[in-house]
Amino acid sequence: MNIAKQYARPLDMKNGRVEMSHGAGGRAMAHLIAELFARAFDNVFLAQGNDGAVMPAVSGRLVMSTDSHVVSPLFFAGGDIGCLSVHGTINDVAMMGAQPLYLSAAFILEEGLQLADLQRIVESMAQAAREAGVPIVTGDTKVVERGKGDGIFITTTAVGVLGDGVTLSGDRALAGDKILLSGTIGDHGMAVLSQRENLSFDAPIVSDTAALHTLVQAMLASGASLRVLRDPTRGGLATTLNEIASQSGVGMLLNEAAIAVNAPVAAACEFLGLDPLYVANEGKLVAICAPEDAERLLFVMRAHPQARQAAIVGEVNADRFVQMTTKLGGRRIVDWLAGEQLPRIC
Amino acid sequence: MKYVDEFRDGALAGRIAEHIAATVNPARDYRLMEFCGGHTHAISRYGLADLLPSCVRLIHGPGCPVCVLPIGRVDQAIRLACEAGVILCTYADTMRVPASDHLTLMRARAQGADVRMIYSTQDALKIAREHPDREVVFLAIGFETTTPATAVAIIEAASYGLKNFSILCNHVLTPSAMHAIVAGGVALDGFIGPAHVSTVIGSQPYEVFAEVYAKPVVIAGFEPLDVMQAILMLVRQINEGRAAVENEFTRAVSRAGNLKAQALVAQVFELRDTFDWRGLGALPDSALKLRLAFSAYDAEVKFSAAYHPVPDHKACECAAILRGEKTPSQCRIFGSVCTPENPVGSCMVSSEGACAAHYSYGRFREGAT
Repeated sequence: MNIAKQYARPLDMKNGRVEMSHGAGGRAMAHLIAELFARAFDNVFLAQGNDGAVMPAVSGRLVMSTDSHVVSPLFFAGGDIGCLSVHGTINDVAMMGAQPLYLSAAFILEEGLQLADLQRIVESMAQAAREAGVPIVTGDTKVVERGKGDGIFITTTAVGVLGDGVTLSGDRALAGDKILLSGTIGDHGMAVLSQRENLSFDAPIVSDTAALHTLVQAMLASGASLRVLRDPTRGGLATTLNEIASQSGVGMLLNEAAIAVNAPVAAACEFLGLDPLYVANEGKLVAICAPEDAERLLFVMRAHPQARQAAIVGEVNADRFVQMTTKLGGRRIVDWLAGEQLPRIC
Repeated sequence: MKYVDEFRDGALAGRIAEHIAATVNPARDYRLMEFCGGHTHAISRYGLADLLPSCVRLIHGPGCPVCVLPIGRVDQAIRLACEAGVILCTYADTMRVPASDHLTLMRARAQGADVRMIYSTQDALKIAREHPDREVVFLAIGFETTTPATAVAIIEAASYGLKNFSILCNHVLTPSAMHAIVAGGVALDGFIGPAHVSTVIGSQPYEVFAEVYAKPVVIAGFEPLDVMQAILMLVRQINEGRAAVENEFTRAVSRAGNLKAQALVAQVFELRDTFDWRGLGALPDSALKLRLAFSAYDAEVKFSAAYHPVPDHKACECAAILRGEKTPSQCRIFGSVCTPENPVGSCMVSSEGACAAHYSYGRFREGAT
């Protein structure tokens, strides 16, 4: 990574673009890594400059999770693919009840991607990692020919450590348990979609992308008997609850009136014929806990800035389906999403 | 959300439900057909059946544009996309309608056809302008709600002199389908009339059903309280032995409808002699085609794309369901072979389709899988 100054081609961050040579393993790649990635992610592990990072021993069970991020557009209100790729993977580890420790990041760049955009994305990742206190300790960069990628794909992996006695799993929900939701739904998905479709509303829709591990730690510290934590990302709340119901072999009954949706999100969903229950979130979690602990857990969640609007949204039961009492007073199934959510015609 | 939440208010719904319960004669049945898929969707999504007395039976009608599109018409579009190499644009749900050879437009896209989902006809025009070297075909489907937007696109294409844009016209007419249902002898006591369709055509075209066939029609908005109120109005008419066209959706529908939209449609389209509907069969004067003056924009003419009728899947009961003769759970393959992930019939495709709505929202009521 130490290139003599006279050999280094300066990176034209303003007008330059990603070229095939940036992924070819040669000087251009080393230069890109040194000038951009290493500088932004700067930490002692990355600075070791080897094929892998060596970290100190930890005590406790390890949790590891990986996630690829392919969002289009790359930049949206409230975030971008960079911070999203950090938050998303941290959250996957956090939902196991673990304290996230380290991240890796692998980039697939498309030839022609503007270096200015890449820089913005990398700096956003660096900031997200810094704020979360989870360093990016190793990484990889590949470049594919123009037309063979969508600008940039980012895969991140996180490692975390699990405290003694913490066992969270999708198969642990029991009939009678309460279902808690940390806030409004649909914000991320509609922020991306409204940007993609060029829809504008009086109040902008802002992605909720955020790392939730401090919220999770506060929830664990409450001593409440937590069974399941999960972040309702792709497929939305409905899909997440169906996954849990099927893993645990239980049904659920939700209360539509308790599920908060921001007004512009509700309006955008209405306009496009989408159901916010199926729209992605990137900064929300669902918790299932023993009924006697639900109020205590809710209190702790609402005390955390990321879950001010937390609510008990339903109950686990011995039925076969995830169902919901509608605002109107009727009942309906909240099913798995079939295929991708497509707008209706008229 | 203002102007929407008011129409989904649980307390108000409860009050209308009490009115309905107090008004019905429990000794008789009230067989009401909601013509539109939009109503079917609202009824299922809000669990409206739970608020109605058991003597009020809602029969799902054929007013779902995707559901009535016959296999042969989708085949036609797929052939254009795969063989003629056009950019085929269409509205979302249409992409999943099963066609011949286990194909859908979405599967055709996965196999390399250039199929694009659009939100408006303007998107299709934009694609045509951006790709002057490619032929762009818009698979136009829908009832009277979507027809004016297609008419505007044709007029604009003509005024720009766009040479690479055409449409595969499958626009169909609501009153024709209603005629087929009442003439076909489906046992029903009244119609919940279309919402969006009626904003365009007005309430006048339904008067024949009240006057000639003695079927009350109440035009209703797509919100659950609209539907509840319309049911109450229908129950009252039936109790009084009246048959009239009444309008619950006065905030958007007039007797004459949207005259400007009607004029645009009349300028661009004329009646087809006959059109195959899934479920209802070949109905005379039930669909539109482009007028001769606009035949340069008619993909059927431009690409000599002939329509070949294809029979529905043998076990599929979509036809009987679209005619209101069967309920989704009376179909042998409902929920087993035919699911929203793998629809065999068109009613399982759109969330407005009777089968998809029942599967997605209501199947807990019968213990189906």
